[in-house]
Amino acid sequence: MSTTGATRDLPDIYHKAGSLSSERRWALWTAYISLIFAAIIFLAPPVYMFVTSLKTSAEVANLQGNPWLVRNPTLENYTAILSNPTFLVFFWNSAKITVMVVLITMVISTLAAFALARMRFWGSQALATGVFLTYLIPETLLFIPLYQIVGGLGLLNSSWGLVVVYPTLTVPFCTWIMIGYFASIPKELDEAALIDGASWSQMLLKIFIPVAMPGIIAATIFAFTVSWAAFVYPTAFVTTPDEMPLTIGVVSQLVRADTFAWGQIMAGALLAALPPVIVYAFLMDYYIAGLTAGATKG
Amino acid sequence: MAQVSIRKVVKAYEGGVQAVKGIDLEIADHEFVVLVGPSGCGKSTTLRMIAGLEEITGGEIAIGGTVVNDIPPRDRDIAMVFQNYALYPHMSVYENMAFGLTLRKFPKEEIKRRVENAARILDITPLLDRKPKALSGGQRQRVAMGRAIVRDPKVFLFDEPLSNLDAKLRVQMRTEIKKVHQTVKTTTVYVTHDQVEAMTLADRVVVMNHGIIEQVGPPQELYHHPKTRFVAGFIGSPAMNFIPARVENGSGALRVTLPNGITVPVPESRTARYQTAAGREVLFGIRPEHLTEVKNLDRDNIAVFELTPEVIEPMGMETLVHLWLQGAEVCCRIDPTTPAEPGRPMQFAADLNHMHLIDPESGKVL
Repeated sequence: MSTTGATRDLPDIYHKAGSLSSERRWALWTAYISLIFAAIIFLAPPVYMFVTSLKTSAEVANLQGNPWLVRNPTLENYTAILSNPTFLVFFWNSAKITVMVVLITMVISTLAAFALARMRFWGSQALATGVFLTYLIPETLLFIPLYQIVGGLGLLNSSWGLVVVYPTLTVPFCTWIMIGYFASIPKELDEAALIDGASWSQMLLKIFIPVAMPGIIAATIFAFTVSWAAFVYPTAFVTTPDEMPLTIGVVSQLVRADTFAWGQIMAGALLAALPPVIVYAFLMDYYIAGLTAGATKG
Repeated sequence: MAQVSIRKVVKAYEGGVQAVKGIDLEIADHEFVVLVGPSGCGKSTTLRMIAGLEEITGGEIAIGGTVVNDIPPRDRDIAMVFQNYALYPHMSVYENMAFGLTLRKFPKEEIKRRVENAARILDITPLLDRKPKALSGGQRQRVAMGRAIVRDPKVFLFDEPLSNLDAKLRVQMRTEIKKVHQTVKTTTVYVTHDQVEAMTLADRVVVMNHGIIEQVGPPQELYHHPKTRFVAGFIGSPAMNFIPARVENGSGALRVTLPNGITVPVPESRTARYQTAAGREVLFGIRPEHLTEVKNLDRDNIAVFELTPEVIEPMGMETLVHLWLQGAEVCCRIDPTTPAEPGRPMQFAADLNHMHLIDPESGKVL
């Protein structure tokens, strides 16, 4: 009883604190509900893919029953995919293209970002904005002129053509992330390095790259994801199965006219999604740190 | 040979704004020179031009007799300590200190010897394996100094190195810096906006204002014989009092009339010097420590008058009394045992041996 009395006697500020805490509770509930809703929406496709990948063709075709449940789980789709040499060629092509694109992207964007963020030269600001603006042009607009260019280089129908083309998507954004990251490094650090006797290249290699590692990792993950998941360009530029990456290989080889090998398509798609998932799982913290620096200081 | 010569150096930015307006300064070998002045006075720009981090618009800078205008920072044989330490965050203390020597391809044993020696001087030997983030502000500043010392350069440049430290640590590091200079004796140019740092560290203080050098001299000379009102007001804490006054000639002796009808005689030794000011409005400059409770009356040239304190600030070892005379704030330093109360008139003694008269138009001390 006395406790109740004491509560009633409390000055206004404590009642306000109580209402704040109830507001906070509401905010938490709203956040949880929204997050659960978002998680369901985003997880539904991969879960459905996984469920379907465990079904036989007959079970997939059978419209009776709940499609979210597996009655007779099987790994035959996975064994079929993994024992199919064409799928391994797709995988190898994707890996080869991605490694090359990531390497090219990181070399170009690191150098470009360092120059744009640190070497004051005429037009550097405009150039930095221009680099980012190129990222805003959709790839669906670019693939026709790029088709001409890749054709002119004799790289149509070759995975090397994709190695040349993907950096047009990855370099602008990676450069932008890195400009932001480099700009967040105190200017005195390069001045100290200059006085210590470092050349521009030594400054980049010994100071900037190690200090900006979170930003570089974020940019690398982005380049990796874009390159691994690209669909429009390979569809436009590659038609021979030997040169196809996973994204279009799975679709082109497992869809025959109007016959869809759904189980294998889903198994293939899940296997294809595995490398990015692994990369994100291990480097998520760096990715967030890198993007945040780019966002606030860029 | 590591003197620094600054000859008619100008720094102009785009749009014609001049940060440094043709300054001349000769810094001798082994000398510790402090550039001091308010924000935007051009002191940091001057230091950065010596370092080669800013291009020189006009004039020339020579280090050890060699004009360095077109020589990049790394070839100037200078070392710089920055306000925010600028330690390489991914390197250990040892690597930070060794970085410059490694780039210059010094033998490993020599690098080790120099780093260990510098670490001993600065008392940071136990920290050599730590990363900068594991150090306190004072330790970081020591490492930054160590990085400069190991290079054994011709000139040390310090850009407000103590500004990021708390007051207690600042005093401690100030002593450290002075001790290090006494040990290594490298020519040093030190920039600060803190006049106490300037006074305590410098062999000579260079007071800058609006891109020009107002006065150069040993700390005591600047304190006792300022040449301009700016220097008189900038050096010393609390600042010198400037009271509107008029010099009058009466019966062969000069006297200064202050507000509230206070008149003080000009000491005989200064009569000739101030003769030209007779009949003119001037500023009467006197430091708070020369405006005290009544004491030392047996000395010459002590004037006693009555003033009414408005604010009393007991500081422990002294008490500051503030009052206003015709709009001018006046600060007096009195003994803490002297009774003083706001609003109660009391007698003050001005030591006229230390008075200054300033031309209010030119700002020059007469």
